[in-house]
Amino acid sequence: MKFQTLFLMFSGALFLIGLGQCTASTTNESTTSTSSASADPGQAAVKDDESQKDVVKVAVGSPDHTTLVAAVKAADLVDDLSNAGPFTVFAPTNAAFDLLPDGTVESLLKPENKSKLEEILQYHVAVGVYKSEALRDGQIIGMAYSGNVKIAVKDGKVTVNGANILASVPASNGIVHVIDKVLLPE
Amino acid sequence: MKFQHLTILAAVFILGPVLLTSPGCKPKNIGSAVEGDAAGKTYVAPGKYDEFYNIVSGGFNGQISVYGIPSGRMLRIIPVFSQFAENGWGYSEETKPMLNTSHGFVPWDDSHHIALSTTKGEHDGRWAFVNGNNTPRIARISLSTFRTEEIIEIPNSSGNHSSPFLTENSEYAIAGTRFSYPMDNDGANPDVSINSYKENFKGTVSFIGINPESGRMNVAFQLILPGVNFDLSRAGKGKSRDWFFFSCYNTEQANTLLEVNASQKDKDFIMAVNWKKCEELVKAGKGQKQKVRYAHNVYDDKVHSATSTIETEVIVLDPKQFIDQGLVYFMPCPKSPHGCDTDPTGSYIVGSGKLAAVIPVFSFDKIQKAIADKNYEGMYDGLPVLKYDAVLHGEVKRPGLGPLHTEFDGKGFAYTSFFVSSEIVKWNIETLEVVDRVPTYYSIGHLSIPGGPTAKPHGKYVIAYNKITKDRYLPTGPELTQSAQMYDISGDKMKLLLDFPTVGEPHYAEAIPASLVSPKSVKMFKIEENQHPYAAKGEKEAKVVREGKKVHVYMTSIRSHFAPDNIEGVKMGDEVYFHVTNLEQDWDVPHGFAVKGSNNAEILIMPGETCTLKWVPDRVGVIPVYCTDFCSALHQEMQGYVRVSPAGSNVPLKWSTGETPEAGLPSK
Repeated sequence: MKFQTLFLMFSGALFLIGLGQCTASTTNESTTSTSSASADPGQAAVKDDESQKDVVKVAVGSPDHTTLVAAVKAADLVDDLSNAGPFTVFAPTNAAFDLLPDGTVESLLKPENKSKLEEILQYHVAVGVYKSEALRDGQIIGMAYSGNVKIAVKDGKVTVNGANILASVPASNGIVHVIDKVLLPE
Repeated sequence: MKFQHLTILAAVFILGPVLLTSPGCKPKNIGSAVEGDAAGKTYVAPGKYDEFYNIVSGGFNGQISVYGIPSGRMLRIIPVFSQFAENGWGYSEETKPMLNTSHGFVPWDDSHHIALSTTKGEHDGRWAFVNGNNTPRIARISLSTFRTEEIIEIPNSSGNHSSPFLTENSEYAIAGTRFSYPMDNDGANPDVSINSYKENFKGTVSFIGINPESGRMNVAFQLILPGVNFDLSRAGKGKSRDWFFFSCYNTEQANTLLEVNASQKDKDFIMAVNWKKCEELVKAGKGQKQKVRYAHNVYDDKVHSATSTIETEVIVLDPKQFIDQGLVYFMPCPKSPHGCDTDPTGSYIVGSGKLAAVIPVFSFDKIQKAIADKNYEGMYDGLPVLKYDAVLHGEVKRPGLGPLHTEFDGKGFAYTSFFVSSEIVKWNIETLEVVDRVPTYYSIGHLSIPGGPTAKPHGKYVIAYNKITKDRYLPTGPELTQSAQMYDISGDKMKLLLDFPTVGEPHYAEAIPASLVSPKSVKMFKIEENQHPYAAKGEKEAKVVREGKKVHVYMTSIRSHFAPDNIEGVKMGDEVYFHVTNLEQDWDVPHGFAVKGSNNAEILIMPGETCTLKWVPDRVGVIPVYCTDFCSALHQEMQGYVRVSPAGSNVPLKWSTGETPEAGLPSK
């Protein structure tokens, strides 16, 4: 409301100024100072249908990751993860989130728990590209927040803090490893 | 809250200057010459786009620069004739052939005039052309990749100034010699006395054919002409579309102290050429083949490489041998004409004599009548000279001092730049009355209205490209930026809006609506379409191959490492070729590559592209390489080593990435 009123006043003022001037010009170009002062959208809003998908777009494109995507949005991490990275994202499936105690997800999605949600999600992201073949038994990977995860490789099966890697999807700015459990910081 | 403050601040900002300049509104000095709404008219909010691309020649930097209009913000520098260490143009193995000429590698030129491709006389947003003045060349730049795609050398030419202006449908780009000089039929320069100008020196204008699909150029034919200086030129439009008009000075044929000796005559010439008839004669085989040598360089986006071919033949037409066909006519034009501009309708040709007190405007209809009536005042070197009064529409009286160039707004007005009186003068093409004038700061050369040379000008602004800067910006020692100024021409009176600094020394520029260009802009090269012979289209294809003394490194780059990043077995005396393929398929993620001590530049590799840096090691040791473009959070980790061993060493050739287990990457 306030915004609208001020905007109108502002336009009106400009119009009056225009009338008061000796020069003929009363119009204001579309590109000029009347444009909104609201914040520009971040990198995730870049219109680009040609590039390979980034880690966010990979997750958005997966029907098994709607909870994760909702959480990433709630935590305001969409722009961060659309950055140049490079990122390794361990992406729990919807089923993985369902394993959490009842009400956990709903609670984390509440605005007052945003900071807790951020901590958990940032524990699923490492800066750097760790391809599957680069993961080794006993390897420690420092996550974006909340500490380290531990990789285990047994009989060719790779786990991260005990969660199984179900699939790996390369992205323009890194790689997404699909996992079957939510990683919880110690 | 924040928004409120901003709004109020903005209102005060806009109001302030208005209050200061009211109620008189008559600018008294430079300080008050800018009116209150100038900032608003040039302000492009963060994240918003400019309305026009302004494609600006770089003059002595041999490049093109691209600015947004109305903001004057620089968007890009496009290397053309000059090496550009910033991205490796002319340094990489792929681009070196672009700078080849019949004189060998010429890594610089003087780029003066932009010509944007047109269809039916209107901008089509496909290509920009620019001339190389010093070692005569024309370059074609793609407006999809903003890269130089082709450079063709002009044989039988010296000082390619009257260039690269285009015919209405971009059938031809023009190339007229500034210097006349002695030329032989075998491509050689005969060894004659400079004093024998009148006897031995000739001028040429070349018609450079442009393929309507690919844009590929060829030297279609040349006219051999009297020894004068050809300065500028424009094609006709509409009813005059079959004609090309050239300003000619030094019709005195002086070969020394032209400052004095080429300013003797009251009138020099505008030369009118019926190019359509010339084309017909050439197609009918009436031209003569001459032996010449000139380079034709083409860059191919699929192999990401250029080739240079030396061509050896050109077709020459001598208009004196076709007097009955009426190919070439001279029209007297006062005092060393510089600009030669045709109005949007093609009815009028404006000649601007640098030393003239009037601007003559010639009428195409009257030219045609004078030709039909053979209304000649005589012959010049065997070619007819039409009577001045018979071809004149009229003269603009007392327009200013030192007229140079004229652009058009499509509303019946012409805008002429005046170097000596440092101003732009607006006049009515039909009535020849001066209707407005504004000072420029200082000493304007070219001027440009968006679409100003086309059949359909876009109008809105005129931009002055000034030759003298002096106190317009904060001083930066003896060497100053070149100053451009933009004026609003939407009303009856021109209004100064903006100064913006430029790079190099812009001569001519053309602005084009962004809507004709931006939708076609290429974001990246598709890796699967990369046909570079040394491309590694995945890390599995990364390898090092020795061929005698040559070592070829098939290297990949992707956030945030090179493969391979450890190379051993290079020896003193080797030539190492780093063929770096950027595996990224993501918009605006180039990687760079540089080698310590390399007698070369860096290379900057766009997504999907392969570029090659040649390196000749000069010492034994472990030499670092690294990515020069901040690509990612781990950009500083994007590095590698090359071990150089003595010439006789038996260190085996080997390469790897992530061989150390702790590095977290697989060993080979």
